[in-house]
Amino acid sequence: MSELIDALRAFEGRVIGPPTRALDAVNEPMIRHWCDAIDDRNPIYLDNDAAKANGHRGIVAPPTMLQAWSMRGLGGRTGATAQDDLLRLLDSHGFTSVVATNCDQEYMRYLEPGDRVTTTVTIEAVSDEKKTGLGVGHFVTTLQEYRDDAGEVVGTMRFRILKFAPQPKVEPRPQRPRPSITRDNAFWFEAAKQHQLLIQRCARCRQLRHPPGPMCPHCHSLEWDTVDASGRGAIYSFVVNHHPQVPAFDYPLVVAVIELEEGTRLVSNVIGIEAHDVEIGMPVVAEFVAFDDELTLPQFRPGLN
Amino acid sequence: MSDASDIGGRTAIVGIGATEFSKDSGRSELRLAVEATKAALDDAGIAPSEVDGMVTFTMDNNPEIEVARNLGMNDLKLFSRVHYGGGAGGGTILQAAMAVASGVCDVVVCYRAFNERSGHRFGIGVQDRPPAPNTENAHYAWYSPYGLVTPAQWVAMFARRYMHTYGATSEDFGRVAVADRFHASTNPAAWFFQQPITLEEHQASRWIVEPLHLLDCCQESDGAQALIITSRDRVKDSPNGGAIIEAAAQGASKGQEMMTSYYRDDMAGLPEMGLVARQLWATSSLTPADIQTAVIYDHFTPFVLCQLEEFGFCGRGEAKDFIKDEGIELGGRLPINTNGGQLGEAYIHGMNGIAEGVRQVRGNSVNQVPNVQYVLVTAGTGVPTSGLILGRDN
Repeated sequence: MSELIDALRAFEGRVIGPPTRALDAVNEPMIRHWCDAIDDRNPIYLDNDAAKANGHRGIVAPPTMLQAWSMRGLGGRTGATAQDDLLRLLDSHGFTSVVATNCDQEYMRYLEPGDRVTTTVTIEAVSDEKKTGLGVGHFVTTLQEYRDDAGEVVGTMRFRILKFAPQPKVEPRPQRPRPSITRDNAFWFEAAKQHQLLIQRCARCRQLRHPPGPMCPHCHSLEWDTVDASGRGAIYSFVVNHHPQVPAFDYPLVVAVIELEEGTRLVSNVIGIEAHDVEIGMPVVAEFVAFDDELTLPQFRPGLN
Repeated sequence: MSDASDIGGRTAIVGIGATEFSKDSGRSELRLAVEATKAALDDAGIAPSEVDGMVTFTMDNNPEIEVARNLGMNDLKLFSRVHYGGGAGGGTILQAAMAVASGVCDVVVCYRAFNERSGHRFGIGVQDRPPAPNTENAHYAWYSPYGLVTPAQWVAMFARRYMHTYGATSEDFGRVAVADRFHASTNPAAWFFQQPITLEEHQASRWIVEPLHLLDCCQESDGAQALIITSRDRVKDSPNGGAIIEAAAQGASKGQEMMTSYYRDDMAGLPEMGLVARQLWATSSLTPADIQTAVIYDHFTPFVLCQLEEFGFCGRGEAKDFIKDEGIELGGRLPINTNGGQLGEAYIHGMNGIAEGVRQVRGNSVNQVPNVQYVLVTAGTGVPTSGLILGRDN
């Protein structure tokens, strides 16, 4: 790691390529296009008289055009500069993604038509490895200096990028299969979200029943309420699933028929125990697990309470 | 007031026809259906134009009218479907037998056709079942969110309780697989032709869902089977003979669920199959001693043991001893699944087992049991189910 840091640090202070002289001098048509494009109506950029009235010798260029005068476009890239070497070095260490993070410009004077800008780019700083929201990476700051033909610095720009290792996309765990919710079973799943293990009870003959249904099979009443189960029960039967594997679950997966102490049975998972230690008759107790925003279910763990 | 005995012995299966059994048919399910139906009609010496009734499974994707249209059939006076997966097999024959015995129909085709291996595989389960709010989907709400999603898993829950209750072992289940594969090994139509297995291989096969090994589980298959049902008096005109439908019955019992009847007092039996058994014995006036061979639905081996008990071939919990001591292979007391069953021949939702029952009655099974008078054929277990007794036309 420190080897990389040393190699990166060696780039600091290196000049990227030869100085680049602008292909065109600062000129009124390009100023007009710029102002039109960004809808800047400041008269000192467009009107000689107004510029003079503001103490200029004539029309001046918007300072933010600084970089535009000497930009080469795609055709000007050689791939052979120190910056290219630096980026390739970072790529080779897994920092393959890039994002621009800062751009600070400083202006010494207004540029006027006729000025011809020459740009020099220096790698100013390469940071240590930083943890960011995007991932781990290094910040690279370049300093661009813009000079006129007299050699005077007319402006500078510090441009910072982050070269980072893209974080492996963490696929959200697939959700457990959704229960089909009907008017007959919705109460049970709603209660489960509140960590209540309900058993449907006939409001007339008081018989408990599970899975729930609209009518009491004993007295045929359509009226029902619920009782809050203690959560204590015993394993009546169980299986250990190996194949096929549904992505929402960990395997081997223990699924059991639990006989609750109230007398009804239900199917659930047995957790907190190795699959080969599960036995019929083993006492278990319910706890609730919220698998996602929609689904909370009871799970059963060996124990008495 | 009529009862099931009204149909006993009055109708017959006079034609059987199937496609090859494969893992990838390369053809549409409809084509499989019409191929099998045409083959069955040819076997029966009956023209498609004579068919006036058709019965299949609600799970089948080939509408009766599409099969009829492709075969150039004429007027259909009965079209009926039976629900609950593999439990429907004998139920389709019951529907056909009732239609013929009552005079509604003269010739009924029962068929099942699917690409169950190359197309939608049942074995992957219901985890993708859309949670549309209806009662059949809501049934799975008590199982799927816990990862209990496949037929093997649903059955394994019973198997574990059965083992606990009666002391049966995985090897006891394995003997069913060994018998099936032994019979398949001599059946050229079987997927596992010439591939018998040993009990050691059964024990060494990987877990699918404990306590079920891979070799406890039936195949997934592409294929189709059709059967032709008509009145008993036409058997004498049938070029290949027929099998009398001595009895046919369906059964769904108290507390019945689709594969998950976990809430009854006892989880170590199949009361719906007991109900089928009582009806079959009552209708036919036969007893287990009268049965020379049987096709016992074998999507998963443990329920074969339960069925032997529900039909009274042995007492409760004694199937493991019956299998070991009396024998379920050729030469044993009750050779079962002489076609290789669904573990060995193919999984055509049990309809291929009915065809094997017909062959045993006709006397032309590749694993023919001597002196067959009556054959028992059962349908899917763990679900509302059905069964048949087929007999010789003496």
